[in-house]
Amino acid sequence: MMAARPDQQRIVITGVGLTAPNGNSLGVFRESLLAGRSGVSDYEIRYFGKTLAGICDFDECRYQRRKEVRRGTRAGSIGIYCANEAIGDAGLDWEHIEKSQVGVYVGITEHGNVETENEIYQIKGYDYDCRFWSHHHNPRTVANSPAGEVALNLGITGPHYCIGAACAAGNAGLIQGVQMLRLDECDVALAGGVSESIHTFGIFAGFQSQGALAHHDDPAKASRPFDRDRTGIVVAEGGCLYVLERLTDAKARGAKIYGEVVGYGMNTDATDFVLPDPTRQAQCVRKALANAGLGPQDIDIVSTHATATTSGDIQECVALREVWTDASGRTRFNNTKSFIGHAMGAAGALELAGNLPAFQDGACHATINLDSLDPDCELPGLVANEPSQMGDVKYILNNSFGMLGINSVVIVGKL
Amino acid sequence: MTANEIREAVLSILSDIAPDEDLSQLKDDVAFRDQLELDSMDFLDIVMELRKRYRIQIPEEDYPALASMTSTVEFLEPLLKDA
Repeated sequence: MMAARPDQQRIVITGVGLTAPNGNSLGVFRESLLAGRSGVSDYEIRYFGKTLAGICDFDECRYQRRKEVRRGTRAGSIGIYCANEAIGDAGLDWEHIEKSQVGVYVGITEHGNVETENEIYQIKGYDYDCRFWSHHHNPRTVANSPAGEVALNLGITGPHYCIGAACAAGNAGLIQGVQMLRLDECDVALAGGVSESIHTFGIFAGFQSQGALAHHDDPAKASRPFDRDRTGIVVAEGGCLYVLERLTDAKARGAKIYGEVVGYGMNTDATDFVLPDPTRQAQCVRKALANAGLGPQDIDIVSTHATATTSGDIQECVALREVWTDASGRTRFNNTKSFIGHAMGAAGALELAGNLPAFQDGACHATINLDSLDPDCELPGLVANEPSQMGDVKYILNNSFGMLGINSVVIVGKL
Repeated sequence: MTANEIREAVLSILSDIAPDEDLSQLKDDVAFRDQLELDSMDFLDIVMELRKRYRIQIPEEDYPALASMTSTVEFLEPLLKDA
């Protein structure tokens, strides 16, 4: 069972702050996932035109002045909202926390595309005269920008940086936080992922050119992982940051504990820029299970990565069937992107968060829009369209994979 | 532009750059920095906005002229007399 680590090396989640296209708090997000409520809507962006997206509606000025919003980036505002919400949720005595002992580890799929596109668009109005290029461009586009904005906003003087990990970034941010706590690099970690990707036309145009962008007359039905009638990815924005602490610290202050990060794994396909490799994905899952000291049948819920591309969905299912060979097992599989689309750098962190309340309510939320299952995506235990009541949920395994063959798996256990 | 029109134009720029500030109480003879929360990047924003809106180039050595509303209007009057 669980790898024996001293309590000081056991890392727990004590706070969750998030914004998703269907909820700006864990409570509302969970309610939406159990109710089958989609967050996908019509969207329009310059050059590309009409499309669909998962759009967040949190109040940027809840934790920022308008000047800060103007100077910073959307990813920064998402991170700041999530960080403040997570700290509040964790019940940390923030005023008296030693800020040099707080680390900020924010996963990003990409950063700077939005800001660069904006600048090019506006200098086009000045016949590409570079004297009209903003002095804000560099601070907005440095790769630590969203994490740095969080640190600036909260007066955090410990380490801050972003973890660039394509669509595995949400998990990668979380893993970084766990590692830094174990290395005593910080006492509190704000870790997870953010994405502002819907504000760059390039991501829509890129997926369209790749034949991987979703379309549907009904936005709520557009994101259809595992379904035969899927058309591709719905791009979403969002964020989720966790407060992570050592179990000893969390216990000492009597903190509410959502769960313990009992294991994780990351590896690389090294086979293709975009096509996934199920062999490496399965290895990554096994690596995380071994890290946690668990077997596949110990896992109650697998939160799948599937994005509703044909290749991605099928290959992940190949990987999962390779690991979960016992069809009669208790493990259930679900998918959050079917509700909110693909929140890129935030996806892994958000998708894990939406499943965490299962430790309390015993429910596995569904994969919606699964009207006609692709036979190549058959998984015993795939929860389709309606939540499944499981009783006691002890372990959740969260998959997140990305381009250039990056794979990440996180396992959280109930305490 | 008249001095008053230039003042209104600068106020409009300031309201974009410092949207949280109450500009109705702005004292024209007092340095912007002594009454508003403005840093060096904000001053560069003022220069950029003047460039964008009125196509005027302000060399770096003239930046001190943008210290207060009074000095800014005085500095801009000859540059914007035909605007």
